[in-house]
Amino acid sequence: MSVAMHPKPNPETALITADETLAADPIPSIHRTVIEPTRSWEWVNWGELWRYRELLLFLAWRDVKVRYKQTLLGAAWAVLQPAMMMVVFVVFFGRLAGMSTNGIPQPLFFLTGVLPWFFFSSALANAANSVVGSERLITKIYFPRLAVPFATVLAAAVDFLVAGGLLLAVIVGYAIAGYPIAPGWQILLVPIAVALIGLTAAGLGTLLSALNVAYRDFRYVIPFFIQLGMFATPAIYMHPKGDEGPFVAALLILNPMNSLVETFRVSLLGGQVPWTGLGIAALAAVLLFLAGCFYFRKVEDRFADIV
Amino acid sequence: MTAAIRVEGLGKRYRLNRNAERAGYRTLRESLVDTISAPFRRKKESSTEDFWALDDVSFEVQPGEVVGIIGRNGAGKSTLLKILSRITKPTKGRVEINGRVGSLLEVGTGFHPELTGRENIYLNGSILGMGRKEIERKFDEIVAFAEVEKFLDTPVKRYSSGMYVRLAFAVAAHLEPEILIVDEVLAVGDAGFQKKCVGKMSDLATIGRTILFVSHQMGAVQSLCTHAIMLNNGSVRSAGAKETVIKNYLAEEHTEFVPEEWNTVNVGRSRDRAWFTGFSYKSSEPLAGNHLYPDGPAEFTLEIAAREVIRPLYISLSLLDRFDTPLVKADSVRLPDRFQLREGKNRFRLTIESLHLNPGSYRLSLWLANDIDVLDSVTGAAELTVSGFSRTPELRQPGIMGTVTNRFNLKYD
Repeated sequence: MSVAMHPKPNPETALITADETLAADPIPSIHRTVIEPTRSWEWVNWGELWRYRELLLFLAWRDVKVRYKQTLLGAAWAVLQPAMMMVVFVVFFGRLAGMSTNGIPQPLFFLTGVLPWFFFSSALANAANSVVGSERLITKIYFPRLAVPFATVLAAAVDFLVAGGLLLAVIVGYAIAGYPIAPGWQILLVPIAVALIGLTAAGLGTLLSALNVAYRDFRYVIPFFIQLGMFATPAIYMHPKGDEGPFVAALLILNPMNSLVETFRVSLLGGQVPWTGLGIAALAAVLLFLAGCFYFRKVEDRFADIV
Repeated sequence: MTAAIRVEGLGKRYRLNRNAERAGYRTLRESLVDTISAPFRRKKESSTEDFWALDDVSFEVQPGEVVGIIGRNGAGKSTLLKILSRITKPTKGRVEINGRVGSLLEVGTGFHPELTGRENIYLNGSILGMGRKEIERKFDEIVAFAEVEKFLDTPVKRYSSGMYVRLAFAVAAHLEPEILIVDEVLAVGDAGFQKKCVGKMSDLATIGRTILFVSHQMGAVQSLCTHAIMLNNGSVRSAGAKETVIKNYLAEEHTEFVPEEWNTVNVGRSRDRAWFTGFSYKSSEPLAGNHLYPDGPAEFTLEIAAREVIRPLYISLSLLDRFDTPLVKADSVRLPDRFQLREGKNRFRLTIESLHLNPGSYRLSLWLANDIDVLDSVTGAAELTVSGFSRTPELRQPGIMGTVTNRFNLKYD
């Protein structure tokens, strides 16, 4: 008995319905894998990635677990880092430089800026190094490689949630002390802003992780660019006075992270939602994500040979 | 009947970079310079060299067959397994696999030293393709098989290497795929555990699972497999019933001595008062499959038979190159301790802390003496392979690096 060939053999695992398969065979199998040389244009197999979702979660869980186990302070780090950053910002940007916080208490203002930026930067940095760091895994077993950078973004999201506890405590503290915080419907934008930050980091991180395999110099420049990115995202540490001129204003609106940090803050503490910037950021996040996945897919078949 | 695995015209080409010591990645600057200078180059002189690790390999494996893949180092066995496990893509040809594949190219892939045994079972299981529910169902079985009940909540970095390997194999053994692809994992663990592993594999075979098994150990292929495929320089040299293929292999290849296997020292010398009867060797590095590797440890177990008590005793072991030049020598005369032989069988363990030899084949020589006489001497008792395994992947070097490993520096003055 011979199996009818697919007219266009799918290079990834193709699921055939049960009655199509080989009833006469001793092993009833619905799995059929065809392995062929890489074709030049191939899109990500999302179905396969979905089947491996548990692995994705396990990889993220491992990252979190190992990080919290290896460090003395464990999970406290996720809180301490943004907290220390906030203190430094309050002292230097707030007191010394006298930057405007738009009437929001400085600790609240800086914390709502630092937190989403920490999420973004750690997700991006970890994702960028993830594939090179998983050499042992990649050269020894098959799984959808995209799970590697995605898992690091998930792990960073866990840190973000832990640090979110600190923010919540500070907000509640201010509310008790009488500062008027009455979240309106904008609170619904919080998960959207966070998801867009995650998507942007995943897209950019996936792209960088693949580039990092082929060009190891990326490893050294990424921390520098992340630092640069923080300064180029003033929403983290100041409220614009409104006298920045059209050029800088355009720059700010084109920086997705600036709009996303701003959205995160105003949706928690109240204020004007930067709709245009948010729209641009959403578009950028989706495009970056697709571009990252596309490039990753294009080069991932060579990972095992060159990593 | 549909083949479980059908391989047609499979080829895999690697590009060897002639002038760069790292073959794979490059810096962005190199790429940019290449791209920019490309139009100005007179001819497309390439600095790369093609190497076909596999060339036009075709075969079929029927469901329920247990196939041993044999061949010398560099014959293409690992590349074949990597393609069948989808780790790397072929350059040409086609493979069709019907059935759920589980591949085991390494024991303990994805194990994290900081995580506990319990956590690693889940992590490793999911990496191998098991679902969380499936792992939960098999958890007790896995733990019992690995015999690590007491240490389940201990980080695996505190495990002995034996425990580590047992746990890792136990997870993999419970994968229960329809097609299992295994790379020499039987060469790990103590003898008792190896037996257990072989048992587990034959269990799988008896319930009709298809197994593809790469091994250097003809004994294991003989006892486990129904068929065999012999690769040579990237192509199939011989395939079919295991007896024929193994016979061909042994006829063609000189005997290779494999780590941890007990080897008898060839007879034909005078058995006067004391003589070497056998030896085994290993690096005690499970990640290297116990093969010797540059700057790694080398542990030899030597068995000596004696007709009388011999005291004092001197034992010497050396490794020679192919021209019989001694490169490394470990002579007990250099040690402060004094040794002796009892009547009957004696065993010694000789450990070289770090073996400064680059990858290659070396001949083993053994020598035995008392104060006055040389009692036994065997030149070229065996050919040992120092593998290319390296703890620091950056140190992996292509090409010939000389015989002796060394650390060096280069500075612009």
